[in-house]
Amino acid sequence: MSKHLLEVKNLRIEFPTRKGLLTAIDDVSFHIDEGEVLGVVGESGAGKSLTGAAIIGLLEPPGRVAGGEIVMNGRRIDNLGYEEMRKIRGREIGAIFQDPLTSLNPLYTVGRQLTETIMTHTDMTPTKARERAVELLTEVGIPAPEKRVDQYPHQFSGGMRQRVVIALALCVNPKLVVADEPTTALDVSIQAQIIALLKKLCRDHGTAVMLVTHDMGVIAETADRVAVMYAGRIAEIGPVRQVVKQAKHPYTEGLMGSIPVIGHTDEKLRQIEGSMPRLTNIPTGCAFNPRCPKAFDRCFKERPDPIDVDGTEVACWLYDKEAAHV
Amino acid sequence: MVAFILRRLAQSILVMLVVGLVAFFMFQFLGDPVNQMVGVDTPIAEREALRERLGLNDPLIIRFGKFVVNAAQLEFGLSYQHKSPVTDLLLERLPATIELSMVSAVIAFALALPAGVYTGLYRNRWSSKAMLTLSLVGISVPTFLIGILFIYLFAVVLGWLPSFGRGDVVTLPGGWTTGLLTTSGLKAIILPALTLGLFTLTLIMRLIRAEMLEVLRTDYIKFARARGLTNRAVNFGHALKNTLVPVITVTGLLLGNLIAFAIITESVFQWPGMGRLFLQSIQEVDLPVMSAYLVMISFLFVVLNLVVDILYYVVDPRLRVEGHGGGH
Repeated sequence: MSKHLLEVKNLRIEFPTRKGLLTAIDDVSFHIDEGEVLGVVGESGAGKSLTGAAIIGLLEPPGRVAGGEIVMNGRRIDNLGYEEMRKIRGREIGAIFQDPLTSLNPLYTVGRQLTETIMTHTDMTPTKARERAVELLTEVGIPAPEKRVDQYPHQFSGGMRQRVVIALALCVNPKLVVADEPTTALDVSIQAQIIALLKKLCRDHGTAVMLVTHDMGVIAETADRVAVMYAGRIAEIGPVRQVVKQAKHPYTEGLMGSIPVIGHTDEKLRQIEGSMPRLTNIPTGCAFNPRCPKAFDRCFKERPDPIDVDGTEVACWLYDKEAAHV
Repeated sequence: MVAFILRRLAQSILVMLVVGLVAFFMFQFLGDPVNQMVGVDTPIAEREALRERLGLNDPLIIRFGKFVVNAAQLEFGLSYQHKSPVTDLLLERLPATIELSMVSAVIAFALALPAGVYTGLYRNRWSSKAMLTLSLVGISVPTFLIGILFIYLFAVVLGWLPSFGRGDVVTLPGGWTTGLLTTSGLKAIILPALTLGLFTLTLIMRLIRAEMLEVLRTDYIKFARARGLTNRAVNFGHALKNTLVPVITVTGLLLGNLIAFAIITESVFQWPGMGRLFLQSIQEVDLPVMSAYLVMISFLFVVLNLVVDILYYVVDPRLRVEGHGGGH
């Protein structure tokens, strides 16, 4: 019924704790189309990674999806059993994690980890799978792949290992890859290479990407659309150009304002005052109200729902007021 | 790899020399063995003759040299108490101890591995918690007490199993006696083997569990799951193999312990092994037997350590030095 590749509807993730239920993700909705790159940004603890983990069905207990739906290719996947979800992981939804140094099993050769994944999801023979593994290593730009395929992870540098991780995530051509901060642990000089590689591969294979990061530069360069998360909710989601150039939510404005501009050396680094509220005491109304320079009465009383403003959805009363005035 | 083994061998020889020194000097400080061997009314001339015969009048350094050379040829002299070659005495009792230790090792590892993996994977199930609580008993209750409890329950109350001895033994070609081929021998080994293996079992189980918990939290396990690998492949192929390095270390040492410290179990169950021979030799200040036992047990530990080190290489590719390719 929907033509979106992935649709997340009113997702809520809760953690039962000794002090009661903690709602880490509250009423988050977004979608990703085929071949599209959705960037997800926000501060640490905003719920970016958690949303990604929920999509691949690997939320760490005691965290659980308490409400909403995740629909992949028209099929609801958030309520599948472990074994059914396992068949989707890797096959339809790939994943890339933050730290390439620890993402690979140190005791197995890169080739064995690739062939194992390929053979889990396809009927390829070991010989075929190995050929495919070498092909994949070539594709992710690893020199001398015939030799490298038999080497162990510790024989690769960080950047090379992240290439291997990308090869592993894409080895059976999933429709979607959830990349959770794929470059955060890498040298700045290598980050750009890895992002460019990911972008190119996904474009070549028509793979959609959910790119979780806190690097606005990466988003601006890579994403088609971007979702800005704050305290477990989406503050703003829209086409990347609009969100970056004409941020609507005061939080997004703050985020954009805090990117230092090269050349402006006389200025102090700008930052958003205060810090994100703890999940245990999210203020009533808009979660951003204590830090928002434009907050007014309504922001402290009611929680804003996303409002469509010029193709961007913004959860902010500022825009509702405007609409009401017209 | 070869260089590494040679280096370890050299170290091992050094360790054995030091142990030999300790074993040798026991002779010097633990009283005059001649007094232990002869009666009160033995004339001095006869004592001197015995002294000469045992080589106790040579200078220290020569005696140590002789000791090392002899020890290297498995020659530890005559037992003061039994008046027969120590090596024969030990070899005669070696099969009993080795069999007991091996059977308890097999029992311990065969049970510890699945139990450790199970409690690691399903740590919140009540069955895991029950196993962990039970394992505390195995760790904290002393071996002799467990042995006595087993004897009371299975030999005295239930009358299922014999409480002492080795049962009927069969002599295999090569002089090795085994109790594993007769019904009474098999029955006789159950209780001592369980008693001896219980500590090892619980310790290894808890170690595997702790390591599994650690490894299951790692990124590569998360990533293996994210790739949709089957549970079996993730848990056994990826997780269990990564727990092996520490487990091998401890297992190697525990295996040595099983043999070396079978002493208590052997005396509880009247098991005719080397441990009991050693206990008797302490009572009788039978120095050649004591030092030979010491040397043998140290040799065993040295060999086990060497095997453990080689196993590291087999399990963990990061330790294999050749072909460093990183850093592009």
